[in-house]
Amino acid sequence: MGEHVIKLPDVGEGVAEAELVEWHVKVGDLVREDSLLAAVMTDKATVEIPSPVDGEILWLGAEIGDTIAVGSPLVRLKVEGEGNVAMAAIPEPAAIEIVATRPAAEPAPAKPSGAAPKPKPGPEPEPRSLAFSPRVGAPRPEGEKPLASPAVRLRAREAGIDLRQVPGTGPAGRVTHEDIDAFMRRGPQPARPGKGFAEDNTVEEIKVVGLRRRIAEKMALAKSRIPHITYVEEVDVTALEELRAALNKEQRPERPKLTLLPFLMRAMVKAIREQPGINALFDDEAGVIQRHGGVHVGIAAQTSAGLVVPVVKHAEARDLWDCAAEINRLAEAARNGTATREELSGSTITITSLGAMGGVATTPVINHPEVAIVGVNKIMVRPVWDGSSFIPRKMMNLSSSFDHRVVDGWDAAVFVQRIKALLETPALIFVDE
Amino acid sequence: MKEISCKLLVIGAGPGGYVAAIRAGQLGVDTVIVDYQKPGGTCLNVGCIPSKALIHAAEEFDKVVRAGRGGSSLGISLSDPALDLAKTVAWKDGIVGRLNSGVSGLLKKASVKIVEGRAKFRDGKTVEVATEIGLQVIRAETVIIATGSAPVELPALPFGGPVISSTEALALTKVPERLVVVGGGYIGLELGMAFARFGSKVTVVEAEQKILPLYDSELTRPVLKRLSSLGVEVLTGAKAKGPSAKGDALLVETADGTEKKIRADKILVTVGRKPVTEGWGRDEIELDMAGRFIRIDDQCRTSMRGIYAIGDVTGEPMLAHRAMAQGEMVAEIVAGHKRSWDKRAIPAICFTDPEILSVGLSPDEAKRSGREVKIGLFPFQANGRAMTRQAEDGFVRVVARADNHLVLGIQAVGEGVSELSAAFGLAMEMGARLEDIAGTIHAHPTQGEAFQEAALRALGHALHI
Repeated sequence: MGEHVIKLPDVGEGVAEAELVEWHVKVGDLVREDSLLAAVMTDKATVEIPSPVDGEILWLGAEIGDTIAVGSPLVRLKVEGEGNVAMAAIPEPAAIEIVATRPAAEPAPAKPSGAAPKPKPGPEPEPRSLAFSPRVGAPRPEGEKPLASPAVRLRAREAGIDLRQVPGTGPAGRVTHEDIDAFMRRGPQPARPGKGFAEDNTVEEIKVVGLRRRIAEKMALAKSRIPHITYVEEVDVTALEELRAALNKEQRPERPKLTLLPFLMRAMVKAIREQPGINALFDDEAGVIQRHGGVHVGIAAQTSAGLVVPVVKHAEARDLWDCAAEINRLAEAARNGTATREELSGSTITITSLGAMGGVATTPVINHPEVAIVGVNKIMVRPVWDGSSFIPRKMMNLSSSFDHRVVDGWDAAVFVQRIKALLETPALIFVDE
Repeated sequence: MKEISCKLLVIGAGPGGYVAAIRAGQLGVDTVIVDYQKPGGTCLNVGCIPSKALIHAAEEFDKVVRAGRGGSSLGISLSDPALDLAKTVAWKDGIVGRLNSGVSGLLKKASVKIVEGRAKFRDGKTVEVATEIGLQVIRAETVIIATGSAPVELPALPFGGPVISSTEALALTKVPERLVVVGGGYIGLELGMAFARFGSKVTVVEAEQKILPLYDSELTRPVLKRLSSLGVEVLTGAKAKGPSAKGDALLVETADGTEKKIRADKILVTVGRKPVTEGWGRDEIELDMAGRFIRIDDQCRTSMRGIYAIGDVTGEPMLAHRAMAQGEMVAEIVAGHKRSWDKRAIPAICFTDPEILSVGLSPDEAKRSGREVKIGLFPFQANGRAMTRQAEDGFVRVVARADNHLVLGIQAVGEGVSELSAAFGLAMEMGARLEDIAGTIHAHPTQGEAFQEAALRALGHALHI
């Protein structure tokens, strides 16, 4: 019998630490080689840590939400054979002693056979509160007296029932005779929402871990460092929508269905060619702006866990169909949680869209250290004055934010106006100038 | 005299004490009750009942006087009515007497032994009573102290001569030409208004900035209006300094600091009541106090085992119906039942003209408790029955929680609203919501309809306004 220590492996290029987001095992579990032990999260990707050996879990090195350095011990396993740790080097002699003395504590032959199996030695698995557990408490807000008619009060008192423990189903949470009956049959019940209006004073504490913590940190960083300027302009997309509908009608199997995003992406590539300062990363600590030749467009996508930003690399080198196919592929991967770290990083500019939810305008938060983000609002048919009458046009707002430290308001406006012009006359997107 | 031993001894036969004794008797508890006066206490002998009798007589007299002056719009006329207050008081005494013997009868029916005389503790289990025929020693397992309260005397105006308390005011046989009432609380105003209707020239001297300080000004406004139409002068912020040298006037320091002499044949002092905590041997036993009152818990137990206290001697509000509810509860506890004080509201009534009724929280109190509230007020001006009774002054007001519409308080001011206390009290105690009151059919035409309408108004859809 020996002990095997699993250290946090190098989970990605240049990553020094990772956040533990999930344990798949607990102390006392038996694991096989390649079964999953834990999930850790780095900058963008979640990495599963498998076990390299068979064994029994002795010790877990971190709590959910802890940040662990690469190379520090993550799990200790009891394994057959020697293990990878010298006995003397192990810091918890007590635990080792148990391991060492176990053979001696095996049931002696004299004991009657068929005895119940001995409980496992070693430390008890600690119950971990991975999630909020629903509270079982008083059926009404603290300090509030139970409401009941004098007859109900008397009956409860004679039966020795504390009315404070009885949930009231009557109007305004009044305790009825039936509630007393139910209480006597079933005893105290966990709190449940009553009918009608009642104050709810419950407070749920949710640990901000994993992706949510990552998002929180990034948003705080972006908002505290970057002075945003947000510019909202409306775009007439009637022509673009006609073009898109016509292209989608063709329905060639090798071609993906087009959304508005690939058109916008191509328009941005075009606009960026004229204003390279928009497609840049601003290292504000070093005081250096990196203007990128490649247009790597991050697409903010909502997943069940939260916001992730898969990146369409080199949009400047992709045609409309290629952009569309790549967007679809990445969105799918992000939603399934299979997007790799590489697919989730390296953007130089970002598009954010709330899709059908839309809204009139948004104030997008820049994906630091980028300097621009383009927000797409919902397309709505609005009346537009053409000089003699109102005509229905498909209108869409673009809400875009820029890092005002390095992008002046004028330049921001020029950029958005250029995109507007391209989208309103979509043929321009495809004309080489 | 031979010692008496009993399970329960009640000291004081006021509303708290006699109810406790009757209930204990009903439950088969061997009970003795002691009082030096006729059963019924302050309430029955010199309080609630006789004052209401006189107030009724004053009301009736006032009506005919107004008719005699041609002031009746009902088409009634008559010539010069006259009042024989001695006869009025005799009639009132008749009512009190009937009730005295009624209470005695109820006590006897419940097999309660009545001992007349002043009781005094020897120790926690033994009480001696000075009766007409000698000292009676009573040993009891359990004692209920129900010694009540007495009028507060002003050092500058000791009772005697023209300076009287409410007790003497209820026994006057001649209407004083000029009456000064010191203290603008509910007792002073009830009696002051009654004597104003009997024909006295009444002046009310109140040290505080407003009369009836326990009620909000919305509720007291109709009373102030009526005081003024009765010709009652109200001096607020004024201090009574003492009787004049000749004894025919009261010296008053008014709000602006000047001294004023108010002619008075009688000076009625009604500056509050104090618990009777002396004269019954409190020093012989160890009782914790809460201020000037005996400290009790939610079962009316004092700090001494086996000794309970109920009624005015235990604190505010000093009201007969509170004492009665406590008395009933303690009797049942003594008989072995599980009981505890769990009342939601104690109604309070001021039998002025018009009457004021308040149950539960006022709008201000409800707001102070940190709740969002909904308030609905319905004036009697819009109530048909009130019109036919010439009682259009006043309103019913309902205070409820904004979130679940639970009724927190109900107030009313107006003629005869005291009888609405039954409905208000029931609504509070049953935990009614506005919808419960709004959804109850109220008989037409009654003043009680204003209650339903006030609830409807709080809900935003009153029908008759």
